[in-house]
Amino acid sequence: MSAEPDGPEAGASEMDGPEVDGPEDRLRRFATIWSRAVFPVTTTPLTRPEFEVLLLPLARRLSEALRARAFDAAEARAVGAALIDTHCTDPEALCATLDCVDAYLVLYCGDAEAGPGRQEALRTRSARLQHAMAAGFAQALRERTLAEQEAISAAALKAQGVVAQAHASEARFRAVFEGAAIGISIADLDGNVLEVNGALLRMFGGSEGLLRDRNVAEWSHPEDAPQVWRLYQELVRGEREHYHVEKPFYRPDGTVLWTNLTVSLLRDADGVPQYQLALMEDTTERRLLNLRLRYEATHDALTGLPNRTLFFERLEKALSAGEGQRFGLCYLDLDGFKTINDSLGHAAGDRLLVEVADRLQGCATAPGEMVARLGGDEFVALTTGPDTQRGVDDLADRIMNALSGPVRIDGRELLVRGSIGVVEGPAGERGPAEVLRSADITMYRAKSAGGNRYELADPEADARAITRHGLTTALPAALDRGEFFIEYQPLVRLDDGRVHGAEALVRWLHPQHGVLGPDHFIPLAEHTGLIVPLGRWVLEESVRQARDWQRQHGEDAPLRVNVNLSPCQLTHPGLVSDTVDVLERTGVQPEALCLEVTESALIGADDDLLKPLRRLAEMGVDIALDDFGTGYSNLANLRRLPVSILKLDRSFTQGMQQYPADPVDLKIVEGIVTLAHSLDLTVTVEGVETGAQAEQLRVLGCDTAQGWYYARPGPPERLHELALVDATG
Amino acid sequence: MERPAWAPRNIDISVPSVSRIYDYYLGGSHNFEVDRAAARRAMGFMPGLPKIMQANRAFLRRAVRYAVGEGITQFLDIGSGIPTHGNVHEVAQEAHPGARVVYVDHDPVAVAHSQAVLGRNPDADVVAADLLKPREILASPEVERLIDLNRPVALLLVAILHFVEEANDPYRAVAELRDAVAPGSLLVLTHASYEGIPLPLERAEGAVDVYKDIRNPLIMRPREAIARFFEGYDMVEPGLVPMADWRPDTAREDEDPYAFAGFAGVGRTA
Repeated sequence: MSAEPDGPEAGASEMDGPEVDGPEDRLRRFATIWSRAVFPVTTTPLTRPEFEVLLLPLARRLSEALRARAFDAAEARAVGAALIDTHCTDPEALCATLDCVDAYLVLYCGDAEAGPGRQEALRTRSARLQHAMAAGFAQALRERTLAEQEAISAAALKAQGVVAQAHASEARFRAVFEGAAIGISIADLDGNVLEVNGALLRMFGGSEGLLRDRNVAEWSHPEDAPQVWRLYQELVRGEREHYHVEKPFYRPDGTVLWTNLTVSLLRDADGVPQYQLALMEDTTERRLLNLRLRYEATHDALTGLPNRTLFFERLEKALSAGEGQRFGLCYLDLDGFKTINDSLGHAAGDRLLVEVADRLQGCATAPGEMVARLGGDEFVALTTGPDTQRGVDDLADRIMNALSGPVRIDGRELLVRGSIGVVEGPAGERGPAEVLRSADITMYRAKSAGGNRYELADPEADARAITRHGLTTALPAALDRGEFFIEYQPLVRLDDGRVHGAEALVRWLHPQHGVLGPDHFIPLAEHTGLIVPLGRWVLEESVRQARDWQRQHGEDAPLRVNVNLSPCQLTHPGLVSDTVDVLERTGVQPEALCLEVTESALIGADDDLLKPLRRLAEMGVDIALDDFGTGYSNLANLRRLPVSILKLDRSFTQGMQQYPADPVDLKIVEGIVTLAHSLDLTVTVEGVETGAQAEQLRVLGCDTAQGWYYARPGPPERLHELALVDATG
Repeated sequence: MERPAWAPRNIDISVPSVSRIYDYYLGGSHNFEVDRAAARRAMGFMPGLPKIMQANRAFLRRAVRYAVGEGITQFLDIGSGIPTHGNVHEVAQEAHPGARVVYVDHDPVAVAHSQAVLGRNPDADVVAADLLKPREILASPEVERLIDLNRPVALLLVAILHFVEEANDPYRAVAELRDAVAPGSLLVLTHASYEGIPLPLERAEGAVDVYKDIRNPLIMRPREAIARFFEGYDMVEPGLVPMADWRPDTAREDEDPYAFAGFAGVGRTA
């Protein structure tokens, strides 16, 4: 390491010899020699000439100390210490310095003119200066070394403190990281995965190598929610602190891992984004279970078709689709399925439904089409899109066609027929319930038109059917709830104008529709069979009312009651016994009861049908032929009917409302009355509205009349009052 | 894999540190016996090591002055190590008062010491970061505060790249830094090499082995490999040369033979 300083000869030759120069030149020459001696053992970044500039003032101080009157050790020490300040910390630098001072200080900075004594004193002074310089150098080096040692130790301690703190927190973090049950991964903002924990590895079922050093961007999946990667970009750009998504990943084995993923941005202490932290929870199992539960909740267990719930979801979606979108719905109900179920058993019925479901499924395979089972033997097929007007007809055709082939069950070939109600329309106008009701009604229309066909929905038919449909379903409960009541319309004897009885007219006080006349619900009651109990109730109620009148009005002029019998009741086997029962229980004489039967119900009636009527007539109950003149009555037939009263239809009396009366009408009525009387039948006319009419009819020989001229149908009390008026009047 | 910032490098002062060894070579006492022992062993093979370091420091000084002369007043010194005499901020601020310097080192001891040395110097600061993560360096608040990346900067990678193994792709880091600085920026670089060492190869290898032993391998790259660090830079005259030959202000014959070991160069971004 050490190098010999340049010899004095070299310096002397360069500088042309000390003798010719002044003191300043000689001082510079000394500094040059000194710098050449020391520079090789320094590690200063300075160049040698730069270094020499640093030494020159030191050389001057030495020179002055050499020639000073008194020896100043402190000054020499200071020069020694100053060497340390020029970063000459190598002991070799001191050695080279002292060699140089010893050889050249007196030579260049002494007094050339001085005598030998003075020269000796200068050399002694130089030696003492060197001793002091060495002490000053050593002292300064020691101080500097200690200071630097202290500084580096302090720095190490400080750094260790920082690290220890970081390590303590890292140890805690590590424990959380590794022990966590949720998957944790850390990636840099470029997406490079830096760390993954054990839970995450287990989720992926892979080794660390498969996950680490991968890029987050490789973790895309076709089922990623559309916003996932936009959120990701926002996060790594520092525009978003975190996001939460449900995200699928491919496992290394190709299977799919579903997770609840939360990604957070990690910033450093100064808020600069540093890393992204992903926390993920494995939801694969839960998702599968959810999917299964959802499937089970939205599909029919028997056929595997979507069920009512799913169908309504889809229908709702179709109906709330945007402008220009339409929907078409086929509502299918199998014809006669109940018969198959009843005769072949439920197992066979179920197999039939499965087969039908399969066939239907084959009919609706296009996008936007679906088939669902609503329950029982009711199925729906839905089509959506801009052109369902034609599409829905095609769909209905395909369904009818699919059902046309026989179904083989238990070795039998069953023919399946269905009725379809078709509804088609633009989205955004009707709700699902309304659409489905329309389809249901239309389907019933198809069914009542004979089945095995499809009908298109029609708003007017819907409106009619809605009432009809609603009333039909409400009828049974209405009877139980006592919503029916009876009004009575007086029957007046034309010869003396006295009230001699009344026709019982049943009414329904419907909770929504108000009071409904028999025209509205009797046909429905006939259709559903409810007419039998309803008819029995009317009979019982009317007869009881007749008894009350008798009690109030006196036995001498008993008020009779006319009760209508529907065709259905005529054929009911309990008709006679029920009637007898009612009469006996109330104690009313059969003669006080008249049963009205329509002419049409008796057209073509055979003896079997007439037998009950005949028996009642024999008992004394009057039988009236209602609405006479509306059917193609075989007048000759009247003889064999057990009737005692003809009720002329109101159409005959209408011609008599004006004055003068229609002469043709007069002739006809006159003829009928004559015929009736010849057969021993009394004649009652309906629809009498004016006094002139009443007079006319009396003249023509009619026996009894009823109509608004006398009274509208009303509560039983009114009849009592009318009768009293007659009696007193 | 690089550890994230929350997992700092371990500090064990019983393990030698290259920055403290470097300080020892330069006559400093910012070192511990383990550092000195390693340095003495290396010097056993290559007695001139301190001279190489001196030449390195001398080049740094010349290069900083050159940069200031070119109008550059902001310096990013990555791998700055233990502050010692002739620090960049001293040289730069002497040549241009107010010149700004950010030191970067991943040795926490060097960083802690730098903080102590820099004290409240408003124009110089130190960042604890790794050369291999340029973005962390560039995004650091210190750089943000002191360096304007829209203006040319002198990027000092002095005696650091020979401590980065190929596996860690030092070229990528250097390129990332290059892409981050403004046109007209300078790259000031020195790198150890077997070329130019005035000793038989096995002696030099002995010294290199010492660094391997202390788990801080010294990667001696040939000149072409070192030249690749300047990709994207135009070389400033005289190009990539032995340290003492870069714009010398000392006669060649006055230089120590060790001063010609390794390479130094300065490049300028277009």
